[in-house]
Order: sequence, then structure tokens, then C-alpha cells
Amino acid sequence: MRVGIGLPNTTPGTDGPLFLEWARRADGGPFSSLAVLDRLVYDSIEPLTALTAAAAVTSRVGLATTIVIGPLRNTALLAKQAASLQTIAGRRVTLGLSVGARHDDYRAAGVDHRGRGARLSEQLAQLRGDHDFQLLAGGASGAALARMARYTDGYVHGGGPPRAFASVAAKAQAAWSDLGRPGRPQLWGQGYFALGDAARGAAYLRDYYAFTGGFADKIAAGNLTTAREVKDFVRGYVAAGCDELVLLPTVADIDEVDRLAEVLAG
Amino acid sequence: MKVSVVGAGPAGLYLGILLAKADPAHEIRVMERNPPDATFGWGVVFSEETLGALRDADQPTYMEITDTFARWDTVDIRYRGQILRSGGHSFSAIARKQLLLILQRRCHELGVKLEFGVEVDASSDVGPADLVVAADGVNSVFRRRWAEELGSVVEPQGGKYVWFGTDLVLDAFTFVFRDTEHGLFQVHSYPFDERTSTFIVECPEATWRQAGLDQMDEQESIAFCERLFAEDLAGHRLLSNRSVWLDFLRVSNRTWHHGNVVLLGDAAHTAHFSIGSGTKLAMEDATSLANAFVRHRDVEAAIVDYELERQPVVERAQQAADDSAAYFERVGHHAQLAPIQFAFNLLTRSGRISHANLQLRDAELVRSLDSWLDGAARPGAPPRALAPPPAFAPLSVGGLTLANRIVRTPQGPEPSSLVPLARSGAGLVLTGLVAITPEGRTSVECPTLDDDHVAPWSAGLDQVHAEGARAMLRMGHAGRRGATAPADRGIDVPLGPGGWPVVSASAVPYGPGSPRPRALTQEDMARLRAAFAAAAARAAQAGFDGLELDMAHGYLLASFLSPLSNRREDDYGGSLANRLRFPLEVLDEVRREWPDDRLLAVRLSVTDWARHGLGVDEGFEIARALVAAGGVELVHVEAGQTVAEGQPEYRRGFLTALSDRVRSEVGVATLVGGYLTTVDELHTVVGAGRADLCLVDLADPEVA
Repeated sequence: MRVGIGLPNTTPGTDGPLFLEWARRADGGPFSSLAVLDRLVYDSIEPLTALTAAAAVTSRVGLATTIVIGPLRNTALLAKQAASLQTIAGRRVTLGLSVGARHDDYRAAGVDHRGRGARLSEQLAQLRGDHDFQLLAGGASGAALARMARYTDGYVHGGGPPRAFASVAAKAQAAWSDLGRPGRPQLWGQGYFALGDAARGAAYLRDYYAFTGGFADKIAAGNLTTAREVKDFVRGYVAAGCDELVLLPTVADIDEVDRLAEVLAG
Repeated sequence: MKVSVVGAGPAGLYLGILLAKADPAHEIRVMERNPPDATFGWGVVFSEETLGALRDADQPTYMEITDTFARWDTVDIRYRGQILRSGGHSFSAIARKQLLLILQRRCHELGVKLEFGVEVDASSDVGPADLVVAADGVNSVFRRRWAEELGSVVEPQGGKYVWFGTDLVLDAFTFVFRDTEHGLFQVHSYPFDERTSTFIVECPEATWRQAGLDQMDEQESIAFCERLFAEDLAGHRLLSNRSVWLDFLRVSNRTWHHGNVVLLGDAAHTAHFSIGSGTKLAMEDATSLANAFVRHRDVEAAIVDYELERQPVVERAQQAADDSAAYFERVGHHAQLAPIQFAFNLLTRSGRISHANLQLRDAELVRSLDSWLDGAARPGAPPRALAPPPAFAPLSVGGLTLANRIVRTPQGPEPSSLVPLARSGAGLVLTGLVAITPEGRTSVECPTLDDDHVAPWSAGLDQVHAEGARAMLRMGHAGRRGATAPADRGIDVPLGPGGWPVVSASAVPYGPGSPRPRALTQEDMARLRAAFAAAAARAAQAGFDGLELDMAHGYLLASFLSPLSNRREDDYGGSLANRLRFPLEVLDEVRREWPDDRLLAVRLSVTDWARHGLGVDEGFEIARALVAAGGVELVHVEAGQTVAEGQPEYRRGFLTALSDRVRSEVGVATLVGGYLTTVDELHTVVGAGRADLCLVDLADPEVA
């Protein structure tokens, strides 16, 4: 299993220098990829802009959206951006798409929330047809898994304990088999960490996921805040058959990169 | 900490006990609107595993509970005049009233304040509490008050049921199945002390109405049940405790707390009574919540910890309960199963017991099943006491004898790709889609069966046969799913330039970017009927042992069957009979060319898994029509993919329940896949008669 690290593109307090330094350090570290999240109505850096900036200061590490909310975007422009990123970065790009979870992002983008699944399918079909970057899709419903198996190279899970990942991964493989795809899907997992200031990390997660109501507390409780928790989590994901696990920062502190690298090396 | 618990059922009382034990400084009051000795229902069941948890949590109550327990390790199944016994199950039960008394006494001992006859609603004063626990059952007032915030879903599940007692003392958990002119009734019964047993009667709602039970009062309904189960009750009475017919309510909540109010037990979740887990789950909840307060001083953190621990466990129990409830709703259709297979099907209904698990509990029953299944496949031969397990039992179907029930499909299109699968031990190898014409291909990689392809297929089949396996050709026409890019990059990805014109029942494109198909004309249909027939003749010539006509997944023949893809206004569209017309014509032509002594199968999506699409009732009608047309002796059960945007239901074995239904409700042998990955799953599916053949997906096909 490969382990990637998230860029702090949705954590408060990220400025340009921090962001670029984060990417540079990760490029030098043990990480397989740099990943970004997507939120329109939240203080954050737009994911493809973020990855393009990261591409400019890195040479080795993979660059992934986990995920970008496809239906908010015009497909041709999204494809153009991703292809441009691919041109700048070389073959390091993984584009993960999903429908996202927030109505207000759709309202702000002026896009109808209904029909988002079908719209994502259209986007994936178009992206798949014209381009050669690795394509992933997220979402837990049967329709989402079928879409993933139909058009993409694999599945990106929304995050949670290894057992939750394993359960959805089995469904993703069932979808893959049902659609008659050869081989198996790439399986990507995600988890949150804060190895320095745990309270700040938890506060960010409660705020970021406030729209989910009581669920935000559960996500905050799952934040990995000790070396042991990170290691147990990584082991659990290995056992669950994950191909690439992205650990996402909850604190925009540059030392978090080194702390995580140290834990993974130990 | 000040704790107000609403509801003095097992969950609320047990939580009081465990919190008081953990910290005597906690001030705990339990409020209950009923008097201390009021209780509904009769006995409650625990498993061995639950007892272990109770022992670890509180030794004194564990001792008292187990003192008064009824224990048994046998399940009796009374079916078609026979009693089948299965051992090794280790259950115990206790009178619910007795359990409550023990827990109440322990509460008193530990200084937990119990207040009975206190009516609590969500606006009531529950005191200045740090934590409010809603343990007020399936109709929880707190849950209803915060239904939206909690994301509550409450819906009826399964058939009608009534919870009686009886003075018949059973010595086993006993299932009784009694057929009536109105349908099948079943009983779930078990002893819980030395005088009394629980006796739950259940039937589908339609049966309940036809029997007139909706019109009967309590006494009349008792008399009805006593009459119906006279033989099983052996002169004993049914006892009522406000025993009325009910709908089971399935409760789930997205989150189990709101502010400092937390749901516990049935208030938070229910699991259909047929898996007997309600009290167990409730008491486990109490243990988990109490432990969370040992780990966290902060109320919020403890509640979140409790939810994180319990929700996955409860979800799994509810999944098993859903499967069990669905089983009992349809068990009347299993009347054709031999008693031993009926028993195995019943015991494995919820997915929690497999062939391998049951082998550990009751090796003799499993041996009998294996032996019976083996004997059934070898008519005329004397039964063998020692037989291979179900997936390795032989099968005779459509004039074909297969060495075992395992089917594999290659990932590559070449005839030679079948050979390693035959060598791997599969009794039947099934090709991927082979198109009847070049226009009928899904992609350029999709093989066809032209005259010059007969020889390579023949050579491959000779090798398959040399390995002792048989081979079946999956033959079809991609229809509007044709002209796509190769499958390694995706499915239904349009080929664009370089594609070829595609045809379908109607001119409706399949998915985004898919080419618009041309609706078949009468002339096209005549040409395609001939092409299907010619391909069948070449398949026979090539030496295939079986031919599977593909009517699934939105391909050409399937496109006629579904109203989503068939918008025709001629004799081939509209009514089900019309939609069936072209597939039946093709079947007829194929049957003419296909040798009688070889297997003819159809691959069929029995539901579209899509709104306004084909549902299972119509899907089964189609299967019946295909079988009735003659010659079809195996249905390969599939679902979905009729349209690109469906709502499939994926999980391990996601087609097994549909196959079970086709096999019992249509009455035809079935082949099923649906992501079966272990040999134990295959044994369970075949052993239970949910399918005759299983298509296996090995996790690591490279392992020899």
C-alpha cells in the first residue's frame, strides 16, 4: 500500500508560502501522492489550482484530487484544467471525482443538485474518452459504485475506520465484477491526522463537517492524533486491501509533514 | 455526573447498574411510566457470546440471570410432517419479567433511583441532568421529538406477528411451519423457564387477511392459532399477555444523540425478532455507553465514542435481520425443498451461519445435507454416507452432467483462456459475451463465432473436455451497448470514430455519449433471427456443451424486455407479451439448431434496478415464459444494467437472494454470480438451494 499526504487546501491559515513548502517537503518525503479536497463555499484553495501550484514545485510525488466535485464544473473546462495539469506535471495526475455532499456548493455554483449523479456519469464518460490520466470516483450508493466501475480506474473512499473502508471496498469490487471489468479496481482510502495540536484539528473538522450535524463529532473523534493511532490505521488499511491511503492534515502547520513522515518511517 | 434514564427496560436498568458500579458518585435516576412488575412479551433469548459479555460487565447479575435460565443447544424444525433437529447452537433464555426483577434489585443495591409510574414525554422535566438517556423503547418519545435531527427511519418489516406464551415446555428452539389454504404460517418458539415457552406466530400480511385474522378479536385469534398448531402444542394452551397481531417496526437513526440526549436499545435501533437479538443489542449498548464514560470524562466525547463503537455492530445485525425477515416473508415459496435442504436454508437465512460455521456446530446435519445433495445429483445410484460438500457435488442439468457446481469465466476473449479455468477445478467454464455478428460486438475485443472461428474454439474445447470440465457459450448481441472502447479503460465508453452503427428495440441511446441506435425493423429482426440460429449451429459444431442466450444487462434481447429501452408501438412493444415476442422468436430459432441433448440456458436481468423499469414480478413472469416455451433448463440470474443510471444493490453475493427466488418461484435451475469469492459461500448457496451453479470471483485468481 502506498501512503500519500493531503495538501492543506481546506484547512484555515494556509497561505501561499506554507502551501508550497508543504508540497516541497512532501515531494522529498516518503509520500506517494499529494491530495486535495474540494469545497466551494468554504475558506479553501481551489483543488486544480492547488495541484497546479504543487506541480510547479515538485517533481516526483503524485498529484490527486480526492475528490473534486465534478457536477459543479463545466466538463470541458475541467478536462482542460486536468489536461493542463498533466502537461505541467507529467504523468503524475489522478483525478478523483464525486458528487460532493453539500447543497450550498451547488447553490453557489448555480447548478441543480438534482440529476448530479447522471451529470457526473456524463463527465466521467467524457473524461475517460478523451484523456489518459488515472480516473477515480467516489460515493457509496449502488449507482455511484456502478458509475465508478463503468468509467474509471478505481474507487476513492470518503474516509473512516478500516472496517468501514473494507465494507465499501467489497462493494466496489462487486460492482467492478458486475460490469465485467478485467482485473480489480484501484482502491483509495482517506483519513485525517493532527500530530501536533489535536484540539485545533478537531475544531477544524467540527467546523468543516458542521453541515452533517451529529456526524461531525464522529469524524472529529476519528482524527488520528498519536503515532500509534496512525500506525494502527495504516495497518488496518493494508489489511483491508487498500492500494493508496491518503492522510489528510487538519492543522496547517508545516511541521505536520515531518511528523507524519517520521511516524511512517518508524 | 447526573444521569436521567427514561425507560426501565433491560437497557435502561443495565446502564444504571454499570454506571453506578463505575462511579458510585454518579447520581442516576431511572424513570418508567409502567409499574415495576408490568411487562410485555414473554422470554428473551441470549447467545453464548452475549452471556460472556454479561459476565464481564457485572458478575452478580450474571450469576442470578444464569441461575434462572433455560438453556438448550438444539434447533427443531417441524416441516412437512418431519422434525429435523440441529444441535450445537447454545442458546439461553429468561423470562423478561424475571430479568427486569433481577436488574431492578441490583439497581436498588447500587443506589440507582428507580421511579415507576412516571409519565415522561420529551418536554417533561427529567431533572438537571448532564446526560439524558432515552431507553424508552421502539416508540421512544425522545426519538420522535428529535426525529429530524436524529435522521430517524421507522418502517414496518416482514409479516404480521403475534407474541404468545404457552405452558408447553419445549426442549429446543422450535420452528414450526404449517401450511393452510391461505398460505404458510410459522412459529418461532423457545422455552424460557421450567413452566413456559415463548410462542411467536408469523405469516405474510396477505395470508393473515385471507385467514380472516384481521377481523378476529384476541380470543378468536388465540383459538385460531391453537387449532392450527394443535399438533405442535400437544394439548397445551396459548397464553396471552395483551397479545395482538403487530407489524414489526424497523428503527434506525443516522445519529444516536442530540445534545446531551442519547438513544439506547430499541429507541436507537431494532432488529427483526426472527434473529432474536433485540435484548442482546440493548444490553450491549448499555455496556458500551457505560464503558465510554470510563474512558472519557466529557459527556460529548463519551457519547461519540459509544456511537462509533455500536453503530457498525448494529448495522451488521440489522443487515442479518433484514435478510432473515425477508426469508420468512417468502418462506412459503420454499415448499418444494426437501426437508434437509429446507432446514439448511432456514439455518443459513441471515448470512451469519454458513456451511463452514454449521459444520462446527452440527457436523452430522451438514454431512446429511452433503450426502442428500450428492444423491440427488446421481439418480439411480445408491446414496453415499460420505459425500463431497455442496459446491463439489455433481449436477445433471439439461442432459449435461457437470463434475461440480463451480463456474468460471475468463477475463480474456481467446478460446484458449478457458483451459486454465477448466484446469483450476471448475465444472463448467462460461465464455464472455460472444457476438452473433460483428455488429453485435461490445468492442473490437469481443469475439464472434464466424465460420473461421469454429476451429479455434473447437481446439480450446477439446482441452477443456480433457480436463473433465464442460463449456458453455454465452451468445448474444450487444445491441445499443455495442461499438464501445475496450473494457480495460471502462465499459460503455463510446468508441467514437471507428465505431459502427448500433441497433436496439428502440432508438434510445444507452448512456452518456453512446450512439443513438436504430430501432430494428421487421427485416432486421428476420435477419437477426437467422444470425442467432446460424451462430447456435456453429456453437454446436464447435463442440460447446451448453449455450447461454444473453437476455441480460441491456443487450439487444434485453432491450426488448424492459419498458425503459423498448418504446415500440408495434407488436414488439407495449405489453409484456409483446416485449417478449422477439426474444421468444430468437429462442425458438436457436432451439431448432441447438442439439436437444445439450444444455440451453438464458441469462436474464430479472429486475432493472431502475425507476419505472422492470421489477422482479415482471422479471419472474419473463423467466416463466422462457421456461414454458420449452428447452430452457437453466436461468443465469442477473439484475440491472438495463440502463446506465440504475440503482444496483452491491454487496457480497448481491444476486443470491434473487436467484433463490427465481429457483423457488419460477421453478427452474439457476446459475448465479454476484461476487461470490469463497468456496464456503458456494457451499452455502448451493447447499441451501439458492442456486444450482455458482459463478465464482476469486480474489487472487493467480493462486493455483
